[in-house]
Amino acid sequence: MNMQTHAIDMQALGRQPTSNLDTADTSLKVEDLRLFYNQDAQALHDINLEIPRQRVTAFIGPSGCGKSTLLRCFNRMNDLVDGCRIEGSIRLEGDDIYAPGVDVAALRRRIGMVFQKPNPFPKSIYENVAYGLRIQGINKKRVLDEVVEKSLRSAALWDEVKDRLDESALGMSGGQQQRLVIARTIAVEPEVLLLDEPASALDPISTLKIEELIYELKSRFTIVIVTHNMQQAARVSDMTAFMYMGKLIEHDSTDKLFTNPAQKQTEDYITGRYG
Amino acid sequence: MLQQDSYKQHISQQFNSELEAVKNHMLEMGGQVEQQIGAAVSALVNMESGEAELVIARDADINKMEVVVDDECSRILARRQPAASDLRLVLAVTKVTTDLERIGDEAAKIARQSLRLAEEGISPSNYVEIRNIANHVSGMLRRSLDAFARLDVEMAVQVVKDDNQVDQEYANAMRSLVTFMMEDPRVIGAVLTEMWALRSLERVGDHASNIAEHVIYLVRGLDVRHVELDELVSQVTDEDH
Repeated sequence: MNMQTHAIDMQALGRQPTSNLDTADTSLKVEDLRLFYNQDAQALHDINLEIPRQRVTAFIGPSGCGKSTLLRCFNRMNDLVDGCRIEGSIRLEGDDIYAPGVDVAALRRRIGMVFQKPNPFPKSIYENVAYGLRIQGINKKRVLDEVVEKSLRSAALWDEVKDRLDESALGMSGGQQQRLVIARTIAVEPEVLLLDEPASALDPISTLKIEELIYELKSRFTIVIVTHNMQQAARVSDMTAFMYMGKLIEHDSTDKLFTNPAQKQTEDYITGRYG
Repeated sequence: MLQQDSYKQHISQQFNSELEAVKNHMLEMGGQVEQQIGAAVSALVNMESGEAELVIARDADINKMEVVVDDECSRILARRQPAASDLRLVLAVTKVTTDLERIGDEAAKIARQSLRLAEEGISPSNYVEIRNIANHVSGMLRRSLDAFARLDVEMAVQVVKDDNQVDQEYANAMRSLVTFMMEDPRVIGAVLTEMWALRSLERVGDHASNIAEHVIYLVRGLDVRHVELDELVSQVTDEDH
């Protein structure tokens, strides 16, 4: 029987088969990553992980398992933490992001990040999105107009705000603010989008809008999302990584991990059993 | 892999009891269906039309149980969003329930054939084939349900293997019944009815084999439907190593 001629349109299911990615499709490659806060508090233990390009990878795990710490390693947010020491390497398209002489500001243009709580600047909606371009010295109105519209459209926000671009971003709802922050992040065309609990402060409908947005954005960006909401990970991601006590326990396609995980710890966590 | 007591370990006690309940209801339904097959076959070989009427009447209860178990499953899916082995349990239960309901239908069919046989007169075969295959498929059904209850993959594989043998026995029985018809055309009516009953029993074997395949899916996460027996055995044993 020919498996290709399936009665269900497999494309419409929205999941590309992701299990057999070759290394050429790797965006971020983590090798033997160890992270210490202070001398002996080790937060990450020998993480090895490949994050595929233009896919959504979700990190799940209980509080304190290190998933946010790992996410923050990707754009060197941990550099700001006193006494934080990192061993091993993280490569973005082959470039070691912890190599000496790496321009962290330039790195963060390539790897954008969105946080749990929306943090728009106290400026107009327009200026929020244009901000990243302005600090790069781009001030041409025509260019800015174009990027602002494109970014807001990509963030599924354009129709809601196109008539009030000059109003303060602080007057928007939480869900709108979060989408605005995503628009601001993608305005500078990063390669990777890091999302740290992007929907946990939002109502269910806003959450679904963010999830839909994530799905649309993955055709252009590599997305890494940290979430406490397991169903959210199951809904939005192609690959899922389960972490526990600073270790990467299992990393597999989301379909596999949520139907037949290889590790008992993963199974216990995703099914809500005692660990 | 799935372990025996895994339905008692959720942080949510309510979820534990829902899964436990749906599994038990399905097994209870399995027990009733097993009795139905036994009663239908005994009605047929012993010419007890009263028993046959009872089997036909009880089929409605089996149908109701299917609806109840399916309803429980859809509630668990909607409210708990089960994952991994929990998800496989719910899926396996709905599928097994469907097979059990169909076995129930076959039992009612056999009961109806036994009523017809009571009118058409005794078949010359003395129901040797029926007794033989009925024994075999009842055993398969019981073991497939045991395998479900105990999460026993080996037992499930054995049931799938047994089904091939039943198919063989069915073909042999057909040949021998044709001989009876050739010898004496007056018994054609009765023998044809007997053939229909045999056909139903053979279907029961197929459904028992399906149940066994659902057990393999439940325990191992392997989908072994539509797979040749050799391939199935090698897939299951590959997982062991």
